Amino acid sequence: MLTRLAAGAAALSLFAAPAMAQSTIKIGFISTFSGPQAAIGEDMRRSANLALEHLGGKMAGKTVEIIYEDDTFKPDVGKAKSEKLTVQDKVNFVTGYIWSNVLLASLKTVVDEADTILISANAGPSQIAGELCHKNYFSTSWNNDQTPMAMGAYLQSKGVKSLYLMAGNYAAGRDMLAGVKRTYKGTIVGEDLTKWPDQLDFSAELAKIRSVKPEGIYIFYPGAHGVQFLSQYAQSGLRGQVPLYQAFSIDALSLPQQKDLALGVPGAQQWVNDLPNEQNKKFVADFRKKHGTYPSFYGAQSYDSIMLIASAVEALKGDLANKDAVRAAIKKANFKSVRGDFAFNNNNFPIQNFYIQETVKDSDGNFTLKTVATAMTAAKDPHHEKCPMK
Amino acid sequence: MEYFLLQVLNGIQLGLLMFLLAAGLTLVFGIMDLVNLAHGSLYMLGAYFAWTFMGWTGSFVLGALLALPAALALGVIVELVIARRLYARDHLDHVLATFGLILFFNELVRVLWGPAGKSITLPPALAGTIDILPGVPYPTYRFAIIVVGAVVALFLAWLVTRTRIGMLIRAGASNRRMVAALGVNIELLFTLVFGLGAILAAIAGLMAAPIVSLKIGMGDDILILAFVIIVIGGIGSIKGAFIAAMVVGQVDIIGRAFLPDLLKKVMSSSAASTAAPSISQVAVYVLMAAVLVWRPTGLFGQRQ
Amino acid sequence: MKDLLTALRTPRGIVVAALLVLLGVLPLLTQAFDQRYVLSIGTRVVIWSIAAMSLNLILGYGGLVSFGHAVFFGIGGYTVGILAHHDVFSGWIQWPLGLLVCALWAAAVGALSLRTRGLYFIMITLAFAQLVFYVGVGLEAYGGDDGLNIARRSVFSGLIDLRHRPTFYWLCYALLLATTFGLWRIVNSRFGMVLRGAKSNETRMLALGFPVFRYRLTAFVISGTLGGLSGLLLANHDAYISPSMMSWVKSGDLIVIVVLGGMGSLTGPIFGAIAFFVLEESLKPLIDLGRKGWGEYWQIVFGPLLILVALYARGGIDSLLGRPPRSGGGHG
Repeated sequence: MLTRLAAGAAALSLFAAPAMAQSTIKIGFISTFSGPQAAIGEDMRRSANLALEHLGGKMAGKTVEIIYEDDTFKPDVGKAKSEKLTVQDKVNFVTGYIWSNVLLASLKTVVDEADTILISANAGPSQIAGELCHKNYFSTSWNNDQTPMAMGAYLQSKGVKSLYLMAGNYAAGRDMLAGVKRTYKGTIVGEDLTKWPDQLDFSAELAKIRSVKPEGIYIFYPGAHGVQFLSQYAQSGLRGQVPLYQAFSIDALSLPQQKDLALGVPGAQQWVNDLPNEQNKKFVADFRKKHGTYPSFYGAQSYDSIMLIASAVEALKGDLANKDAVRAAIKKANFKSVRGDFAFNNNNFPIQNFYIQETVKDSDGNFTLKTVATAMTAAKDPHHEKCPMK
Repeated sequence: MEYFLLQVLNGIQLGLLMFLLAAGLTLVFGIMDLVNLAHGSLYMLGAYFAWTFMGWTGSFVLGALLALPAALALGVIVELVIARRLYARDHLDHVLATFGLILFFNELVRVLWGPAGKSITLPPALAGTIDILPGVPYPTYRFAIIVVGAVVALFLAWLVTRTRIGMLIRAGASNRRMVAALGVNIELLFTLVFGLGAILAAIAGLMAAPIVSLKIGMGDDILILAFVIIVIGGIGSIKGAFIAAMVVGQVDIIGRAFLPDLLKKVMSSSAASTAAPSISQVAVYVLMAAVLVWRPTGLFGQRQ
Repeated sequence: MKDLLTALRTPRGIVVAALLVLLGVLPLLTQAFDQRYVLSIGTRVVIWSIAAMSLNLILGYGGLVSFGHAVFFGIGGYTVGILAHHDVFSGWIQWPLGLLVCALWAAAVGALSLRTRGLYFIMITLAFAQLVFYVGVGLEAYGGDDGLNIARRSVFSGLIDLRHRPTFYWLCYALLLATTFGLWRIVNSRFGMVLRGAKSNETRMLALGFPVFRYRLTAFVISGTLGGLSGLLLANHDAYISPSMMSWVKSGDLIVIVVLGGMGSLTGPIFGAIAFFVLEESLKPLIDLGRKGWGEYWQIVFGPLLILVALYARGGIDSLLGRPPRSGGGHG
């Protein structure tokens, strides 16, 4: 009974999604909207919706519909949802993607089998910047190596002589350590890849750091792990003795929990909420007005991806039939990115600046991030030469 | 030497935290024969309760103390509404129902507290370090965990070996029918034991919270580790859970603190730094598999 | 064969037959209604059904709760993936090798695990699965936890083109039928009787002189090999494999599917897989229909639904189809 009822209901819901009139532009948006990582997905959705609002809900006079799908933080689910978006909803673009494993699982489905343009608004695994690059694949974020490279360059310029590295033991974590080593030339006195994602405790590693006494610690712990690490670092008494540097471990989503523990811990990022361009001011101000919080870099990248799509749709006057023309229009990147200058490299990854940011308190007493230096200008990722596209 | 001492302490602290979680699990399993996957949810909710009460009262200790009766109430409700209907069922019904509870509680936390994580700020008295030996600082809060963990462990030992309830618990773990035949109000005993398990889980959760921060599903991963511990120790045995938790704590710390250096003596430095984290990640599972191959009912489990 | 025909005349038999026919013509329906995504869900349901049936052999009939069955998704899938990564695309090599590796791994794990019982068995099988999981995460050459894209689906000398969706679906479907038939023969054979007998009373079977351990080990190896088959199929369906396919969460999903559908019922796992995927796909839109935006909280409905099944539908969905669960079904 249960099966039949449910099967009937599902059939209804699936078959009931009618082929919308061709006059709408459809954008599929894959992110995580349930479970512990839902906060990231929510920030991305708010930013994408804000972009749509700024566009007046239309691109080239056509109504725009963004269809959000939840990958539940699992590659196989993300792949299935990508398939649903391309095959059933017949979207014109797919964007979103927080996680590189979800992205890699979905890649073929979207760019090959459905010949649809995919714009990653976060994940940037090295393979896709290099040998797996694809004419249908674009990024409004970065390649994994780049942010730590910016941090490494900053550490190098600051004259930090010895460094202790820590990251989660998974693909992005290893990329983030490799990235630092590309630009940082001092001594690496220790390196820990910790169990991921369920390590709860860094006491053993912090005790090790205490015994080797490096001049700096570099970490990559996104999300809840960043909160965890900062509090344990403070409790260990190392704060004030060994300075901490980070990539992706302090952001607008984690700051409300990290609070003053994040003060004095510099990080690298390609976008900061105080970048002085008009588009960014509008984005950050309206986001804060609406939601009362600062947007995160995930949000900024999502906002950009919608604006990028809009620029192409406008350029083609809403006619998306010719896919070569759509790709060419996207590749021009003729839009105002919230990060300022933005152009696509041969592998369709952005050529962009990287900044050093620090935590500050704003006039209302909220914790936020502030640009303090430019680490790299017009940076290209280190893998683009392996990409066969020219 | 100092370094060695610090790492041993880290292992003890980790082990005690784990023991608190495992003790409730093994009690509930031992006496009611219930596989309670939702034990991790009680751990999570203990932490969230504490967070809320700390916000209301502005006091860390008061918030933590208020969370305990709340956890007890929650445990009793879960027992009365769902758990007691499951005792007579087989383990797979337990797994299905309590897995359902996990999904429910995780979403409930998202609805009530929002998707973003939470952090608990320690009061200044606990936030710093203390010198355990002259010139050897150790985080005060972790030291407090060791003290509280040890006190709770001693209390449990007293409860189980010296009190009437403890006698019933021990008797129940070995022969449930006999306890019922003795005219004991078995239903009340079960509710009490389940409530005690909920309190223990909540203590573990709220004590871990300032270290690991609060997030949805925070109990799910650590739950597996708690099961590993009760299985190594022998199901139903508090003593076994304690010893297993201590061993697991030390194995985990040794794998992370000393293994890379040990491996470097036998292989190249880069190979060692790749291999060490992989080995230390599975060390606990290897330990469990080895114990079970050697003793199929754990260290202190009953022979079948 | 005669028994099979008799079985088909019961109400359950009719439902099962109708369901199998429906599954058999699914590609025609999805083509007629232009619903290719439904075919993709259907393919996943069929593959997961094979996996759940293979688990059901040891879990439902043998009473051995393995909490590491998803590891065979991984081993089967990685055999395809790794060979394809080295430009070996022939299914004639990939598939037999994948099944062989799964059988060997199942034999090794079974030999070490089957001395334990109950929760101990649950946990030791989990331990071995976690070992393989972390090896997968550490396989940097094959993408680690980012997983491995499979450039081409298995090639069978041009006999059958797995890239063609309906063809691939029918292959999976045929394998599901073959698995169902094979398991039906097994559980009703002397071997199956011993396996079920050992579940309800091991001492008696031992006293009767049956080498219970060897029977169980054989069942464990058959189960693992069939689990590997579903892994081969899944990797070919997704053209991608990652360690997350063998995480303990997936093993848990498989147990839920078996229990939901009905332990110790031959076709229960198929019901379970259908219910699981259909609920996963439909609860969210259904709740959204009632109140927009609430669909993302679908697990707050799904969770209690599982509790209700555990409390009131003993024997799972299978038991709702008329006949009560047969002896030995539903008791652990």
